[in-house]
Amino acid sequence: MISDLFSVTVLIGILASGIRLSTPYLYAAIGETFGQKSGVLNLGVEGQMLLGAFAAFYVAMTTGSLWLGLLTAMVVGALMGLAMAYVTVNLHAQQGISGIGFYLFGLGMSDLLFQKLLGTVETVQGFPKIYIPVLSDIPGFGEIFFSQNILVYGAYLLVPLAWFVLNKTTLGLKIRAVGENPDAADSLGVSVARTRYFTIILGGILSGVAGASMSIALLNVFQQNMTSGLGFIAVALVYFGAWRPIGVLGGALLFSLINSLQLWIQVLSVPIPSDLAVMMPYVVTILVLVATVSKVRAPSALSKPFERGD
Amino acid sequence: MSESDKLPSGRTRIESLEMRGITKRFPGVLASDHVDFDVRSGEVHALLGENGAGKSTLMKILYGLYHPDEGEILINGKAVRISSPTDSINLGIGMIHQHFMLVQTLTVAENVALGLPSSRGLLTDLDRVSKRIVELADIYGLRIDPSAYIWQLSVGQQQRVEIIKALYRGAALLILDEPTAVLTPQEVDELFVIMKQMVKDGHGLVFISHKLHEVVEISHRVSVLRDGRMIGTRPTSEVTKQDLANWMVGREVGFIPDRGQAQRGEPRLQVKNVFCGSDRGTPGLRGVSLEVCSGEILGIAGVSGNGQRELAETIAGLRKVTGGQVLLEGQDVTNLPPAELTERMLSYIPEERMRDGMIKEFTVAENMVLREHHKAPYSRYGFLNLGEISRHSDELIKRFRVKTPSRDTRAKNLSGGNIQKIVLAREIFRTPRVIIAAQPTRGLDIGATEYVREQLLEQRRKGTAVLLISEDLDEILALSDRIAVLYEGQVMDIVNREDATPEKLGLLMAGVHPERQAG
Repeated sequence: MISDLFSVTVLIGILASGIRLSTPYLYAAIGETFGQKSGVLNLGVEGQMLLGAFAAFYVAMTTGSLWLGLLTAMVVGALMGLAMAYVTVNLHAQQGISGIGFYLFGLGMSDLLFQKLLGTVETVQGFPKIYIPVLSDIPGFGEIFFSQNILVYGAYLLVPLAWFVLNKTTLGLKIRAVGENPDAADSLGVSVARTRYFTIILGGILSGVAGASMSIALLNVFQQNMTSGLGFIAVALVYFGAWRPIGVLGGALLFSLINSLQLWIQVLSVPIPSDLAVMMPYVVTILVLVATVSKVRAPSALSKPFERGD
Repeated sequence: MSESDKLPSGRTRIESLEMRGITKRFPGVLASDHVDFDVRSGEVHALLGENGAGKSTLMKILYGLYHPDEGEILINGKAVRISSPTDSINLGIGMIHQHFMLVQTLTVAENVALGLPSSRGLLTDLDRVSKRIVELADIYGLRIDPSAYIWQLSVGQQQRVEIIKALYRGAALLILDEPTAVLTPQEVDELFVIMKQMVKDGHGLVFISHKLHEVVEISHRVSVLRDGRMIGTRPTSEVTKQDLANWMVGREVGFIPDRGQAQRGEPRLQVKNVFCGSDRGTPGLRGVSLEVCSGEILGIAGVSGNGQRELAETIAGLRKVTGGQVLLEGQDVTNLPPAELTERMLSYIPEERMRDGMIKEFTVAENMVLREHHKAPYSRYGFLNLGEISRHSDELIKRFRVKTPSRDTRAKNLSGGNIQKIVLAREIFRTPRVIIAAQPTRGLDIGATEYVREQLLEQRRKGTAVLLISEDLDEILALSDRIAVLYEGQVMDIVNREDATPEKLGLLMAGVHPERQAG
């Protein structure tokens, strides 16, 4: 019933699962932020996530070590990033097209590996909840914020960390300069290629973690195409967040809360057609992008290949 | 090492820098052919040459952006290897690029710090960088706020940031690539004061320009490049502007075109209190009124970005007029589409000739008929008359002296001057009633510039009304009958040719109205 939605317990449940569901968005979108800040549009996030999700799940299941699974996901993401960087930086590929290629590769490859190595949907015991002493005892608040798994905490630590790196370090200065005016950066001896390799590989690693957070922390299964567009929403979130980690956080929370609400609507069998409910996050993506994108300015060199010339 | 070896910035001087026998080949082109060039401490050495003469190639080699196929570079008599900008920076060479190498969204201090190791390791040290910027600015007389964002600064200020950037990196020798191209006359004067001070302090400067009066004013020696070869190096005091122009072009050039006689007739284009927006959402034009008559060139002067582009585009039907009226031969054409204006014989030579003036992937012939391809004789019943188009374009190629392998060559393969000739041919051949010429000679070499100016004067003699928008004050002064100065989207004043001086226009361009101020 609709009234069920407004009970305190349900509200806390919606918020807690909203925070939890924001994890993959955050990892993927923060990674994408680094890439876009340096002028690279990576549309292959979804593919990187899928392969990361599979790698983490498979290794965790066969070795019994979640950490080894997570590490494998990072390595797989890094390798995907490396390939993307080579195609983007050295071969000057059209990023919109090559990104879609990487997405399709990740989608197909994760499916193939799933068929060959697993065959059926299985489950693992994912990362357990960690109850932060004292804080997790606060009624409501504690359950929402301080009773989550390690990857959730990691995602939220990543936001200020990303802000700090982008704004307070020489590396961040290089990244911003390369995305805005690579010719200027180049003329000062900043290596555009090295900077972009770094951000693309970092983006791959974080996408791998985003995938792992789904397969060994949130859902604890691997299924074909389990990310179902989440990686693309992560790309949209970067625009939504105006290329700022805090903005990305706001966007991630908005979408995951809507997602969470949508799930609870189904669980509580509220009389709203479930198809409509499932559509909500996507419809909101479009509406929000239409409303916000024109107001902020993307990095000037975004998606433009860099070639030293005259 | 004595104290006099030091520059005010604390770095050691470069007593001499020599480039010997520099040769650089690009596929099909010999861009630099055994060129010798040298600069000494305490001098401005001007490097002159037309577009494509090899000035940029030579300087890019010196700055480590290109690698020479042959030749060597010596600093204080010792051979050095420069394989990247980092090498040249470390050797004390700095470059002020023609298109500023600044990141608009970063602050002055961030731009200066970019690429340098930080005193705090991985963290930035912008506070310390800012302090040093202020010190340098004091020594060299360059006023600048380190915390300002680049996009907030004027072009002149941005150039100062570029100079500080080079000095901060310990540049003893500075290459200034066409530094005056974007400045107002007053800003040029300020730059020259700074340059003179730097030379006095022991810096060496390479000054690239094709404005001869500036070369004569500021340089101690001058070298002329043509077609990749060094024509010669002379003390500036021993040459005249005419000598230099002839060396650059390789023949006698008419310096100031003969304006000839023209009969000023009825008003052809009237702009009445026009308002429009700009790309940035701020007002572009704020109540502009002017009038261009038959047989007259009205020059529009102003610092870039004060509404020139918007003015051209509103008249050409490419930008929405939000208030006021545009009249063509007395008829209201406000906000009519470009096709309708074409019918009424308005011609437009756009500022961005490569972007708005032609289709790069199309052939010369196709570009020649872009405006009238849908009309007889170039097409009939929707079919192109290819024979007629070929005949017509061959004729134009001959008449306008377009240098192209054939009419079927793609436009993108031609030089800037020849591309402009195609645009000119297309726009002029149809005997327009009104021509809007926006920056018609920007980026062209002396030969092509001369040609374009002659054609505009020819149109004036034939009775066409010409609106000439240019940031080149010399051009405005040489061609215009009357001159309107735009400042922040408004006409500051309209002065007659006889009353116009660079100083007066310069003040108006800076938004100062001498008479109004006095009154």
